[in-house]
Amino acid sequence: MLLRDTPPMTHLLEMKNIVIEGFSSEEEKWMPIIKSLDLTLDKGEIIGLIGESGAGKSTLGLASMSYTRGGCRISSGSIVFDGMELFGKPNAVLREIRGVRIAYVAQSAAASFNPAYRLLKQYVETPIQHGLMKFAEAEEKAVDIYKRLLLPDPEGIGYRYPHQVSGGQLQRAMVAMAMACTPDIIVFDEPTTALDVTTQIEVLAAIKKITREFNTAAIYITHDLAVVAQLADRIMVLKNGNLVEENNARQMLANPKEAYTRKLLSVRTLTEDRVLSDAEDDVVLEIDNVSASYTGKASEKVLEDINLVVRRSRTVALVGESGSGKSTLARVITGLLPPLSGKILYDGKVLPPALKARERENLRIMQMIYQMPDTALNPRQKVRDIIGRPLSFYFQMNGSDQEKRIRELLEMIELSPKKYIDRFPGEMSGGEKQRICIARALAAKPELIICDEVTSALDQLVAEGILKLLQDLQNELQVSYLFITHDLATVKAIADEIVVMLQGRIVEQGPKKKVLDPPYHEYTDLLLSSVPEMDPDWLDTVLKIRKEKGIGLTHDR
Amino acid sequence: MDFLKLMRQSPLSARIGLAIVLLNLLAALLAPVIAPYGETEIVADVWLSASWDHPLGTDHLGRDLFTRVMYGARNTITIAFVTTLLSFIIGSMMGFMAAATGGWADLIISRIVDILMAFPTLIFALMALSVVGTSVMSLIGVIAVLDSTRVFRLSRAVAMDITVMEFVEAARLRGEGILWVMRKEILPNAMPPLVAEFGLRFCFVFLFIASLSFLGLGIQPPTADWGGMVRENAGAITFGIMTPLWPAGAIALLTVGVNLIVDWFLKIASGLKD
Repeated sequence: MLLRDTPPMTHLLEMKNIVIEGFSSEEEKWMPIIKSLDLTLDKGEIIGLIGESGAGKSTLGLASMSYTRGGCRISSGSIVFDGMELFGKPNAVLREIRGVRIAYVAQSAAASFNPAYRLLKQYVETPIQHGLMKFAEAEEKAVDIYKRLLLPDPEGIGYRYPHQVSGGQLQRAMVAMAMACTPDIIVFDEPTTALDVTTQIEVLAAIKKITREFNTAAIYITHDLAVVAQLADRIMVLKNGNLVEENNARQMLANPKEAYTRKLLSVRTLTEDRVLSDAEDDVVLEIDNVSASYTGKASEKVLEDINLVVRRSRTVALVGESGSGKSTLARVITGLLPPLSGKILYDGKVLPPALKARERENLRIMQMIYQMPDTALNPRQKVRDIIGRPLSFYFQMNGSDQEKRIRELLEMIELSPKKYIDRFPGEMSGGEKQRICIARALAAKPELIICDEVTSALDQLVAEGILKLLQDLQNELQVSYLFITHDLATVKAIADEIVVMLQGRIVEQGPKKKVLDPPYHEYTDLLLSSVPEMDPDWLDTVLKIRKEKGIGLTHDR
Repeated sequence: MDFLKLMRQSPLSARIGLAIVLLNLLAALLAPVIAPYGETEIVADVWLSASWDHPLGTDHLGRDLFTRVMYGARNTITIAFVTTLLSFIIGSMMGFMAAATGGWADLIISRIVDILMAFPTLIFALMALSVVGTSVMSLIGVIAVLDSTRVFRLSRAVAMDITVMEFVEAARLRGEGILWVMRKEILPNAMPPLVAEFGLRFCFVFLFIASLSFLGLGIQPPTADWGGMVRENAGAITFGIMTPLWPAGAIALLTVGVNLIVDWFLKIASGLKD
């Protein structure tokens, strides 16, 4: 690594008065995304950019290498990197810097790797293209970096294809790729957002380790304050392209000045503790010894011996990492995937295993809300049609009755009927769309709603609002929830009972108090201790404890 | 108005395309009004060159070529349009059905389509037409069925991507039947690629009818039809007479016009990204 003498008072990267605009095809003019922001970064420093989606975090992060996404442009400002002005430089000059001295790590490694090439081939591309290394040399370095990132089998992993490694490993392989030319700065764009908590902690640890070892400066973009607290020296809070607050990480967490920062800090505090009487046997849904497989073979079960009970107007949270069978269980309950064995009982009556055999009434009482509101709503239907269809389908409610009910439902989900009734999904934000999904479910007057990761695609503040809404609706309508999630903060907030799943089996279940209070089940403990906390020392502490206990960081399967 | 805004933003090529198509449509609609003579009326000597009385000259029987080209537009465009529409109705219904039901239904429909596609279209059409006769109805039917195989493939592929979306699953969980899923959930979302394909298919059908007419199995004389007119007057070319080039030019012009519009539409449908 080159050591450069930097004169005092100059920064490694200094962005001044950056204005970035995006072209709005609706209004046919350039609209500002970033409104005159400054950003400085010193050698080895990690700066965290946080804010909700649309705040301009990624746009600002990418601008550090004088790059904008399609349809955007940097209209003014200056970007001085290591004494060199990057703004307005031709691409040929910028190419010498991008990837070599400033590298980028994208949110979804799965979407960013080319599935047709082995990891190593993609790793060596940048150093070889820039003529910095020969293949053998680059490979040697790759193995070294893989080792430092704690990837299993560092010599061999480069010869695997992207689909042959797990999500967390792939994300680390991408960090390795960014490190290939030993850059001065790495831009991390939400590198752990798509990962489970247990995997997230591995990636965080790897990023922290490698940036320290190479004294690399980084811009870390995330919407999760607790994540950024583990890594960043300094934090900038952005909102709508403006700076809300900038401060040393520890100071900001201890003493946030702006109301908006405080709001971000206080998410995840929503809790509700209901006293559960033991005498409750008003069981709505009962899953009795269910096993299921996608292939129909008993040897390839994805669910094994699941027993589960949902009581009226109670919330059962189904927790586990991706691949643990949570969503499969939802498919079995709804009848999309008939089980191999076992029974599903509703109100004490056995439901036909397959969707087609179920009666309309059976379908009505059980509704579903999905993770991605974008794909769960037909983009070519207006809100009126989306919510109106269950009304006419289940209740033969048409005309002005229907219209009245749609308006009522919109009121219930706290959206103004006048404003929203004639909108298309594309004209609404993620949180609003999710509310429409909730209204569609409510329109059927269900007794049980299956919520499949309903908040994980949303910003924290928006997610908080959705959870609050679901809670209020439960108190009002006495509806039960089966809440599928990998986010333990959500569980803490709304669950009455918790079911922990691992590899298709239930490892622990019981009332929230019992599951979340010691003594923990081993796997529950792993899940719980992996949830980032606002404390900046949390990551180091957890890693230390795990090392003492002898729990390997990589529990990759 | 959205339409006005769309027109204002349209590139020059699309405007040229629209102008060509409009011109053809006007000719087709107003043929009986504008045309100086009757469709099959013999008005002068054969293969006269252009004059004030006969702007494009006369054909091999002494009929006015300008009149025949206008009536030809009427016949050829109408038949091509009806045929394409029919092939889209058959093809997209089958395609959506195959995608929405999957399993055996998909397998059976797909294999039938594969068999139909295994034969070269022109030969299959010639064979089928010689069996069922060469009336306009049978022409439309045969070409529509043959062409629907291509539409099937596209609409099945498009619908496959849509059926895996959660809003389709939501409709199924609600208990909706397959017709609702096809009509309300899949169709509106499959529309942009299908409309673009419609323009393209229209050109192919149009050329196909022209070539069938040229081979004598298409639209039968004395009905004016561009492909047939090229064939009837083909002999004139050896004498250096322009006559067959006019209907041929009309075919080329309309094809180019429709394609210019399709290109523009494809660009819009693909999501406004440059």
